[in-house]
Amino acid sequence: MDNWTFGLTMIVVGMGGTLLTLWILSLLMTILKKVFPYKKEEGKEV
Amino acid sequence: MTEFSITTILLKTGFFHLTAGHVIMWLIGGAFIYLAIAKDFEPLLLVPIGFSIFAVNFPLAPLVGEGNLIYLFYHYGLEWEVIPCLIFLGIGALTDFGPMIANPKTLLLGASAQLGVYITFFGAILLGFNIKEAASIGIIGGADGPTCIYLTTKLAPHLLGANAIAAYSYMAMVPLIQPPIMRLLTTKKERMIRMKQLRPVSKLERILFPLVGTVVIILIVPDAAPLMVMFFVGNLFRECRVVERLLKTSQNELLNIVTIFLGLAVGSTMVAEKFLKPQPIFIFFLGLVAFAFSTAGGILLAKLMNLFLKEKINPLIGSAGVSAVPMAARVSQKIGQQADPKNFLLMHAMGPNVAGVIGTVTAAGMFLAMLK
Repeated sequence: MDNWTFGLTMIVVGMGGTLLTLWILSLLMTILKKVFPYKKEEGKEV
Repeated sequence: MTEFSITTILLKTGFFHLTAGHVIMWLIGGAFIYLAIAKDFEPLLLVPIGFSIFAVNFPLAPLVGEGNLIYLFYHYGLEWEVIPCLIFLGIGALTDFGPMIANPKTLLLGASAQLGVYITFFGAILLGFNIKEAASIGIIGGADGPTCIYLTTKLAPHLLGANAIAAYSYMAMVPLIQPPIMRLLTTKKERMIRMKQLRPVSKLERILFPLVGTVVIILIVPDAAPLMVMFFVGNLFRECRVVERLLKTSQNELLNIVTIFLGLAVGSTMVAEKFLKPQPIFIFFLGLVAFAFSTAGGILLAKLMNLFLKEKINPLIGSAGVSAVPMAARVSQKIGQQADPKNFLLMHAMGPNVAGVIGTVTAAGMFLAMLK
């Protein structure tokens, strides 16, 4: 595989993998928000 | 019987072995110390790095040879991968993931801000660096010093000094590098977008996040485990609120101690014979390219997401995916307020800012998986 092809492959695979990984994490955090909703009595804020 | 002569004694001093290269490195070390003290450029790192550069460029001084003092910091701290991981413990203990947990979409902005990492990797290969060198240069775009040092030590240790200096220098220059790119890629109307106040985040969510993050990241990118484990255990110390002593040590004494050793060890790699070559100039140029494309990547994904979202994201927070925490978030706030003085973007920008740390480690894990 020449440098151009390898570099472009890495951009696609690497960027895609990074986006996919963090997207999965964001999905799980969204599910957790629904499973464990914030209760006002906690008085906690961001 | 050993013969002593004036000549023998004089030859054991450094004067007769001093070269122009040594003096140039003194000036380079001095320049970093100046930038750190006079211009407040990442002083916690650049003071020890600058002084270490200065110190290790004295001829005959037993500092960097095998078994010598600073070599031991480098060997046991960096080659054994201990120091970057301990720094990540401290960073995790200092990081508030609340803004990110409140708006999980910002994780994507942290990921997209790694665009500069991969584009610079590609550019470095075209410039003649080998694949491992190119990866270690590309990670500069993640704006994450410990990750840059960790990856470079594993893949291209001979570039450690140049890469670390480039990474920390550009991190300090984020307020100079990012604003022109942010203005170029956004319209005034976009910069004025106001975002809804972030929802409160429960203590349980904050505790579960490091656990969930560990599972996801390490299952997908196992090579990122050393950094991510330390990062998330530090964050768990912070969020569980039952280990105050461990938390305080992680945030303060431990972090400060390893920072000292990190600076001295990184600076010690910049000896004249290895550093004074054309490569560091290319690395400095490529580091700037990496930062620029990472900034652009975060902004462009935010604009793309706005095509599909009902509640729009201010694209300025995308640039905060460059994980120079919290400086990049402050830059988003500042540029946003230039367009609308009553627009407060700081907490919104902290989401992608801290997500960018995870994104950079994930990118490093990808490189290690493919290139180690």
